[in-house]
Amino acid sequence: MGKKMSGASSLVKSLESAGVDVMFGIPGGAILPAYDPIFDSSIRHILVRHEQGAGHAATGYAQVTGRVGVCIATSGPGATNLVTPLADAAMDSVPMVAITGQVPSNAIGTDAFQEADIRGITMPFTKHNYLITDPDQIPRAIAEAFYIASSGRPGPVLVDIAKDALQKETDFNWPKELSLPGYRPQLEPVNQSILDAAALIAQSSKPVLYVGGGAIKANASKELLQLAELLGIPVVTTLMARGAFPDSHPLHYGMPGMHGTVGAVTALQKSDLLITLGARFDDRVTGKLSTFAVNAKVIHADIDPAEIGKNRFADVPVVGDLKRTIAALIPAVKAEFAKKSPDYSAWNASMNKLRATYPLGYDLPKDGSLSPQYVIERLSTLTGPEAIYVAGVGQHQMWASQFVKYENPRTWLNSGGLGTMGYAVPAAMGAKVGAPDTPVWAIDGDGCFQMTNQELVTCALNNIPIKVAIINNESLGMVRQWQTLFYEGRYSNTSLESKRIPDFVKLADAMGCIGLTCDRPEDVDSIIKKANSINDQPVVVDFRVFKDAMVWPMVAAGTSNDDIMIAREMAPDWDSQEL
Amino acid sequence: MSKHTLAVLVENSPGVLARVAGLFSRRAYNIDSLAVGPTENPEISRMTIVINVESHSLEQVIRQLDKLVNVIHIAELKQDESVQAELILVKISATAKNRFDVDAVLETYDAVIVDESSETLTIEATGDAAKISDLLNALERFGIRELAQSGLVGIERGSRSLAERTLSVQSIPTAESGQADYQN
Ligand SMILES: Cc1ncc(C[n+]2csc(CCOP(=O)(O)OP(=O)(O)O)c2C)c(N)n1
Ligand SMILES: [Mg+2]
Repeated sequence: MGKKMSGASSLVKSLESAGVDVMFGIPGGAILPAYDPIFDSSIRHILVRHEQGAGHAATGYAQVTGRVGVCIATSGPGATNLVTPLADAAMDSVPMVAITGQVPSNAIGTDAFQEADIRGITMPFTKHNYLITDPDQIPRAIAEAFYIASSGRPGPVLVDIAKDALQKETDFNWPKELSLPGYRPQLEPVNQSILDAAALIAQSSKPVLYVGGGAIKANASKELLQLAELLGIPVVTTLMARGAFPDSHPLHYGMPGMHGTVGAVTALQKSDLLITLGARFDDRVTGKLSTFAVNAKVIHADIDPAEIGKNRFADVPVVGDLKRTIAALIPAVKAEFAKKSPDYSAWNASMNKLRATYPLGYDLPKDGSLSPQYVIERLSTLTGPEAIYVAGVGQHQMWASQFVKYENPRTWLNSGGLGTMGYAVPAAMGAKVGAPDTPVWAIDGDGCFQMTNQELVTCALNNIPIKVAIINNESLGMVRQWQTLFYEGRYSNTSLESKRIPDFVKLADAMGCIGLTCDRPEDVDSIIKKANSINDQPVVVDFRVFKDAMVWPMVAAGTSNDDIMIAREMAPDWDSQEL
Repeated sequence: MSKHTLAVLVENSPGVLARVAGLFSRRAYNIDSLAVGPTENPEISRMTIVINVESHSLEQVIRQLDKLVNVIHIAELKQDESVQAELILVKISATAKNRFDVDAVLETYDAVIVDESSETLTIEATGDAAKISDLLNALERFGIRELAQSGLVGIERGSRSLAERTLSVQSIPTAESGQADYQN
């Protein structure tokens, strides 16, 4: 027999038993019983200003620490405010547990006050979810939720608990073991698939390591570095994988995809073997799928068997944990190379030449105004690769991926799959809570910032001194870029006028943060240094940048990667390259 | 497009039908029929799902289904290696005049009369899709007033059962306290 207590106490004890040290949330009627034992718990509860902030903060915390992020909300609107961060976490495979209160079990289905069927709503984008009406089931549900969220391909799990289940008396029994007959993630790769992969690598002449976010989730950076150096071939890291492999490494070609480097996009495109590690052939990477890397065979290593063959046929599927997969692949490749050592030198030489011809770059604005790319480049140089960078969604996100130099995993956070504007500030808050001694810079758009900046109040009150660089181009810049390119410059509803309203410095000040502003190139360094020197308060810098800057290179949506443009109406000069 | 029959063992937990139906709908998989019922094990329900897919994506459908935590096992029931049946209840117009003709049809198809009125007969029949469709064609000329048809159910031929092949359950130890590292 366990200890007698309320369902609410059982919930909090369960969260403690699951190892939770912090959670983000807002109370309300249905979850209120739980907030009483939370008051006495060792778990730090951070009171946010909007449940969406709680959800993204849990994500930021999880992405930085590798642990499960936890958020908590009341029924109805509290729960529905978690919908976006849950969908976001599902798309980016983030381990998260969301706890929501539900109306009392006898009121479920009656359209009771603040009733929303959050279990039904979140079915499509949670890894699993629960509706608990019996307090005795709370510990098991919580234990399962943490196990499911953090094992296999990580993802969000929601536990919805009826108010009466929180109020009733129950025995607290933390389960010693779990039995989930329908959930058996395969961690160990099948040996034959490793041997097949190694053989295919040895036969190839133009192989590329196509690395996705799974490499970071699996903590496989060390093994990846060994494999890359053993093979000596181009490595590309997707938007979700930036930091999995050092940007400074000579084998690194940067990011592939819609705004990828010419080198990375072309290496995939011309390859005869894609060694795909924890990546999922997303449309933003492949461009028009039928024209993607048409001459390449595919090794596809992923922990989620459903990713294999979903978008692209895999010649050699390898299901398993990526750290183990790469560790197993290294000796298998060595054994193959001992038989016959392949010669990738011609391939490397042509890719090297291409990369050298088309490095990432940007033009400075002719009117002398501030270049957004320059700001981000300086931010990276002056702050360094040990810091954590968190982006919103839009042009600034792409520039932050391109122009910040990443050397370490878990230092680049962004909303890759869902593309959630408003992600940056709360995710940076969660990141800072997870890594309190590391500088955390949110690189946010003026549009995104206006969606979730209220969490700066939470940061200011809870000693979470993040820094925010608003890349203020007074517009929904990415949408504006598409209007420039595809809608004859008809700027329908993309002007935010945010150099006029709001006054970001005053807004920062009102929220208990230090507000700084910068609109001259010559002030950029000193203002970044000043922001970096402030560590006891959140800082917001309004970088007032040139509004017509564009993100290049670009593969227009739905077109082939072969049609990559390096600037407006400017394709690479393919004739001068031998590919 | 080709048809496939899947036998799916699921945990008998609330919401599992919604999970499966939701998955098919959001991934735009075409369901021809879906039947759910209890099994020999009270904790497990069985769904028989007939889907219409391009052959290359059958595997994708199975893998996506398998990701649902409540889905325990999925097996494809091949036509020649399984027994498959659906049930119909059909109300036809029948009078004393054509009763003899009706009886002849029913005999051919092993169908039985389960209810009758002065103008109608209600007929019950079971069988695979081909037999049911032939029977309905044969009844057409009497006038079909109402048709209720179940989804297909199926079971593999031979002595083995799906459950005994799949239900070797492993239990997962939880960490006493502190977050377990389940990945490594
Ligand atoms: C919640 C949400 N709404 C709309 C969009 C569509 N969208 C993508 S980028 C973008 C513009 C973002 O503007 P801003 O934050 O100023 O970034 P910029 O592109 O200017 O750097 C919009 C509206 C989105 N991704 N997310
Ligand atoms: Mg903007």
